[in-house]
Amino acid sequence: MVTGVLEPGGDASTALYIVSFSLFIFGVRRGTHPSTAKQGNLIAAVGMAIAVVTTLLLDGIGNWGLIVAGLVIGTAVGVVASIRVQMTQMPQMVALYNGVGGGAIALIAWAEIRHGIALGDELPLDTLIPILLSTVVGSISFWGSNIAFAKLQDLIPTQPLAVPGQQVINALLLVGVVAACVSLAINNDDISEPLFIGILIASALLGNLVVLPIGGADMPVVISLLNAFTGLAAASAGIALDNVALIVAGTLVGSSGTILTLEMATAMNRSVPNILFAGFGGAPAAAAGGGEERPHTSIGAQDAAIKLAYADSVVIVPGYGLAVAQAQHAVKELADELEKRGVSVNYAIHPVAGRMPGHMNVLLAEADVPYEKLREMEDINPELPRTDVAVVIGANDVTNPAAKNDPDSPIAGMPIIEVHEARQVIVIKRSMSPGFAGIDNDLFYLDNTDMLFGDAKQAAADIASEVGDL
Amino acid sequence: MDLITEITILVLAAFVGFEVISKVPTTLHTPLMSQTNAIHGIVMLGGLIVVGYADDALEEVIGVIAIAFGTINIVGGFMVTDRMLGMFTRKPREQQTPDGSSASRPGPSRSEEGRG
Repeated sequence: MVTGVLEPGGDASTALYIVSFSLFIFGVRRGTHPSTAKQGNLIAAVGMAIAVVTTLLLDGIGNWGLIVAGLVIGTAVGVVASIRVQMTQMPQMVALYNGVGGGAIALIAWAEIRHGIALGDELPLDTLIPILLSTVVGSISFWGSNIAFAKLQDLIPTQPLAVPGQQVINALLLVGVVAACVSLAINNDDISEPLFIGILIASALLGNLVVLPIGGADMPVVISLLNAFTGLAAASAGIALDNVALIVAGTLVGSSGTILTLEMATAMNRSVPNILFAGFGGAPAAAAGGGEERPHTSIGAQDAAIKLAYADSVVIVPGYGLAVAQAQHAVKELADELEKRGVSVNYAIHPVAGRMPGHMNVLLAEADVPYEKLREMEDINPELPRTDVAVVIGANDVTNPAAKNDPDSPIAGMPIIEVHEARQVIVIKRSMSPGFAGIDNDLFYLDNTDMLFGDAKQAAADIASEVGDL
Repeated sequence: MDLITEITILVLAAFVGFEVISKVPTTLHTPLMSQTNAIHGIVMLGGLIVVGYADDALEEVIGVIAIAFGTINIVGGFMVTDRMLGMFTRKPREQQTPDGSSASRPGPSRSEEGRG
């Protein structure tokens, strides 16, 4: 293999890095429009390939066996995971990829520190401080993302897990981390590796403790925020390594990720500090969810079919339950049956339907639902009072009227799809169990609401078949 | 490169990032997050550099894991983004066969299995 063709920081390598990060910027720009997004992703991937090849050609790159091993393992895992993952599991997949990125940054920082110690020289502060920054943020991002993954994958409870004195513990950990970093910076001629490892561990704890108390419903915003953090950590590592591609790409992700996070939080009517420092759904909500048994009506597929077939307008409200059951095709068939009978069918998409903004659009597009039938919340809400039947399929919290009517509700103020305004509501759901926010849904107990219990896919198929037989 | 130059680049890049992401349709939030997520996998370059001057076995192990992690971030990130965005490019086909899909309705038990 040819090595050492390019001088690190030399004109040729810098020029190639500039091409590479220009492609990143261009790719992200294209990624903001539906018609060009796929191309934008490809452009960014080409930029990445250029950056990797440029680096491999740098003088001083060696240890080829290890490099190839790392590349092969990483590519194999990345390819297999990306092909195997189901559309419904995309959010946690992104969390996991973000986590390994953060982990890589923390590990690189550790290697840099060890190298600095081995050289025995004083580690200059303009290298040491960026290293410490990328250590702390990378480690928080790694562990925080893993917790986010575990919550979305239902490996640990999605409800907020609060430890007494949580805020105090976090604050102490943060103070400890900062103090240790300052101590390392002051003694930069004699770096203590145990102290550095202590920083790694304390940051790991902090990452766990910050994300654990956050409820599953807020996870998309958390993942987006951690994504932005990882970007900043990468930029910081870029300063330590004097690598311009890392600085630009990392900062680009950091700032664009911040904007994206704020947009997501706005879509959920939540503020980022609120999400980070206040658990979603406290004790009163849990009590309401478990305790009393409230009356509701339940119907079968045939009754549902009759209600739907003789309606003029139907609005389908898809949620995570639809995604889990892979019911998008069955629901499309039901809609086709209804449309054959002249019923107008629309889909009401909550900004965070599913577990991530845009998640539901992806799934329904997969089932070939025409784009113009996917109506956004603000657009469809005024039409709901004139809608004959609203069919809620596997959605829960985003339809809970308590968000509007009950100022004490943990989800008070969250924008909802106002299905309770429709003349009739059919809720297709496995059971009466509470949704992601862990609270009870008042919608289920309204007089004009009927529950149809069952798997979303099976239920939609059954209703479609009944409609066909009418 | 001196520190001031690097910080200048960083600040300018931050503004580019703010400007590039303006008014993204909700539909594209997840794919875009996933794409930017793949881009920060570029830290893998740091792994390539540090294994080059690894001083002992532990540093080599750290370096290899960092390269593998970074590569997963890059390869996986771009691939899942591509898969997500692939969902949006099937629409033209739908327009070619309007109502065609509902002509022969499969029975409930034969409804399509998830292709994802």
